[in-house]
Parts: sequence; C-alpha cells; structure tokens
Amino acid sequence: MDRAEVDTTIRSLIDPFNKKGVEITDATSFANDLEFDSLTVMDFVAEIEDAFDIIISMNQQAEIENFGQLIDAVTKLQG
Amino acid sequence: MADGPASGDLFSKFDELIAMREGLLAGGQEDPFSLVMEQVLSPTQAICNGRNTILLGTYNYMGMTFDPDVIAAGKQAYDEFGAGTTGSRVLNGTFYHHRDVENALKEFYAMDHAMVFSTGYQANLGIISTIAGKGDYIILDIDSHASIWDGCKMGDAEVVPFKHNDLDALEKRLRRVPEGAGKLVVLEGVYSMLGDIAPLKQMVSIAKKYGAMVLVDEAHSMGFIGEHGRGVCEEAGVIDDCDFIIGTFSKSVGTVGGFCVSNHPKFEIMRLVCRPYVFTAALPPAVMASSATSIRKLMHNGNKRADLWENSRTLHSGLRALGFQLGTDEPQSAIIAVVMPDLEKGAAMWEALLKEGLYVNLARPPATPANMTLLRCSLCAEHSPKQVQTILGMFERAGKAVGII
Ligand SMILES: Cc1ncc(COP(=O)(O)O)c(C=O)c1O
Repeated sequence: MDRAEVDTTIRSLIDPFNKKGVEITDATSFANDLEFDSLTVMDFVAEIEDAFDIIISMNQQAEIENFGQLIDAVTKLQG
Repeated sequence: MADGPASGDLFSKFDELIAMREGLLAGGQEDPFSLVMEQVLSPTQAICNGRNTILLGTYNYMGMTFDPDVIAAGKQAYDEFGAGTTGSRVLNGTFYHHRDVENALKEFYAMDHAMVFSTGYQANLGIISTIAGKGDYIILDIDSHASIWDGCKMGDAEVVPFKHNDLDALEKRLRRVPEGAGKLVVLEGVYSMLGDIAPLKQMVSIAKKYGAMVLVDEAHSMGFIGEHGRGVCEEAGVIDDCDFIIGTFSKSVGTVGGFCVSNHPKFEIMRLVCRPYVFTAALPPAVMASSATSIRKLMHNGNKRADLWENSRTLHSGLRALGFQLGTDEPQSAIIAVVMPDLEKGAAMWEALLKEGLYVNLARPPATPANMTLLRCSLCAEHSPKQVQTILGMFERAGKAVGII
C-alpha cells in the first residue's frame, strides 16, 4: 500500500477510538488531541498491527506522536 | 522567588498526583499509603495505626515470617557471620549462606542453576535487561509487573506487549518477529492484581513453536501451586520448557531477596554480566540463612498448602455470596481482588475495613488493569477458619456502610 492507502485504512481504524470526533490531520497528536491512554494505545496499535501484519514495538511507538508520523511509520514498516 | 519555584521545578510533573492525594485526605480519609505497623503479633495480626488488625494484604502466604526454625537460623547467622556483607556478590559478598540458599533453590526447583539477587525486582530487572539485547524481541503480557517493564526499559531489545492472557495475540506477535531475531517471551504464573493465572500450557507451547525462550515470574505461586510448589508452570506441566523462572523471597518464603533458576548450560555467566547483580551489595547472611531454612521447609508443607487453599475458597465464595464483584470467577490463587466502583468508594471501603480491624491492599491505576480500583486480599495459611469468618463479617458491615453491597 502507498501512503495514501495506508492513510485511508488507518483513518477507518481510528474511528472507534476517536470518541470525541476530533478532526484528524497529520498533526493530530494521540496523547494531547485524542487523549489516548495506555490501554487505548495498546488496542489501537493491535488493530493496526493486525490490519497490516506488522509489529510496531514500544520502542517505535515512542517515536510516534502524531497521526502523520504513524502513517509514515506504517508505510515504511510494511515494506 | 516569593511565589515558590514556578518554572524549572522538576517536581511540577507530580502536581496532579499531589492534588489528587490532598483531595482524598482533605475529606478526613486515612492515608492508605502510609500505614504503620507498630507491632507485629503474628503472620496474620498486627497493631496498625494503633488498632489491633487482621492482616489480609501481605504476601505472607505460608506464614513463614514467624516460623521458629526460620528465625533461629537467622539469629545463628547473625552471631556467626555478622550483620551485613558490605560488598557485591561477585567480590566479597558471597558468604556460606548465599551459596546455601542457592543450593536450596536448586533442590526446590530441581534445576541446575540458581542466582540470588537482593530483591525480586532486581532479578527481573537484571535478567530481562541482560539476556535480551539489541535486535532481540521481548514479547510480554500487557499486565506484567512493574519490575518486568522496568527490565524491558533498561535493556536495548524491541518491546512488544500483547493483550492479557490472549493466546491469539501472543501467537500473532511471535509470527511477525523478523526472521533470525532472538525472542524472549515473558509471562507470569499468577497475576497479582486480579489473582488470575496464565494459561501457561498453551502459552509456553506457542512460544516454543516459534523458537522463543521463555521466562516465567512465579512470585505468587511458590510453595502452594504445582506438585512440588514450583508454580503454575509446574501445575501446567510445562516447567521443563521454561528457560528461566523468576521468584522472590518476599512472599511465601517470608524474608527478602529475589532469584532466577534455570537449566541453561551457560547460565553462570550471568553473574559477571548482569549489572543489578554485580553493582549492589549482597543480602545480609541472616536473611540468607532464614531464607534457606524457609525454602527447605516449604518442600514439605502439605498441611499449610491445604489450609491456604481452603481459606482462599472460603473467602472467595463468602465475598461473592455477600454480593461483591471479584477479579476472578473461581479462586485461582491466594489473591482475591474485590473490584471497587471507583477510587473514592475504594478508599472509603479501605478505611471502613481498617476501622473494623482489617488490613487489605488498596490498588489503583496505573498499577491495575483496565484502570480498576481494587481491594486486594491475600490469604495466609495461618489465617484460622474463625478469622476468615470474622473477615467476612467485616466486609459485610463495611460494604453496607459505604454502599457497595
Ligand atoms: C510478579 C512480581 N514479580 C516481582 C516482584 C518483586 O519482588 P520483590 O518484592 O522481591 O522485589 C513482585 C512483588 O512485588 C511481583 O508481584
């Protein structure tokens, strides 16, 4: 999948976790804008891992703060 | 700076927690995290904050803290070897009793190697951070103990958590680890927050299918789960496939200290490369002598085991009959977690119980799974059937007073 396709897929995955209906842009931050706690992060990451058949280790997660960085990371990881 | 250190104060990150505590205590709530035991009368009774209190929140599962042989062994070692070691295990800190306690562990677990650390926390910290290095993968349960997480953080491996006790989630992650990378699966026998056990039979076999090494923390099972009390991994029949077992002396053994046992042929090299083992002082000889005696006594303790399980079953069914929500449907260990509706009610219930003369552990997020507030009860083989009935009466009165049942 190219970046745009990854973006589309992850947008659909994030919906159930986006409880406040925050508008998602590349700059949307998981901790501040979406207010994800550690349990939500685990569930959300598991969904992405299953959808793309990849591992996003906690070490890699530590580098990902916003939506755009996530899309970049997943695009790269599936390669 | 009349207004205090506004900016640059490294403590501002704790403001939220400080405010939460102050809010709780302002209502006159007794502080759940600064209890003092002024006198300890027995493994199950103490004077706490001035009150005669039944202890239902210690990890003194087998009541070994006051065992006369355990105490006598410690006293003798004090007299003969002095108060402390003043040195690392690898330099001047290995006395006769350090070796002896490691031999006792080898006998207890029927394993080739045993390494004693100053605490169980350090055993996890040291072993996990040392054996999993750069490029290796640690696959661990999301509800793992803080010492396991800290061991992951201290090392250089890739850390990949999976949903609690979820076989499918474990297998998927193992399958996705890049070919050729080293893999360590970290599990616990008993998870201490809810007192539930892991499906180790299936989990260990999945781990082995993918060529992973397996480390199991059996802190909360020693002495009373498995045929020889070696833990959930023994009960599940997979102990021979567990590469490393971590344990502690601070629970069933009744002293302090931590350990790792293993059959790995190269295990002894850990003594030179494991920093939380090398760069800290060895435990006092009296603690080691008491521990060795306690471990050997735990090998022949059929009656205590039976008493502990009986207590666990009675408390579990009694609390359930009273209408409390419990962490497990069946009693799976010696820990019974009572789920509280929220922190405020939990703290109120904790205090009501303390005033009744009962000590339990209050556990709150982030230490708890799913952000639950729990009153954790841990039983002792030495709780008498009468004490357990008294405890149930206390729960009933406190629960009704606080409005939980
Ligand atoms: C699962 C688990 N592992 C390790 C430890 C650490 O043991 P210790 O008290 O010896 O540091 C504990 C207890 O706190 C524990 O519950």
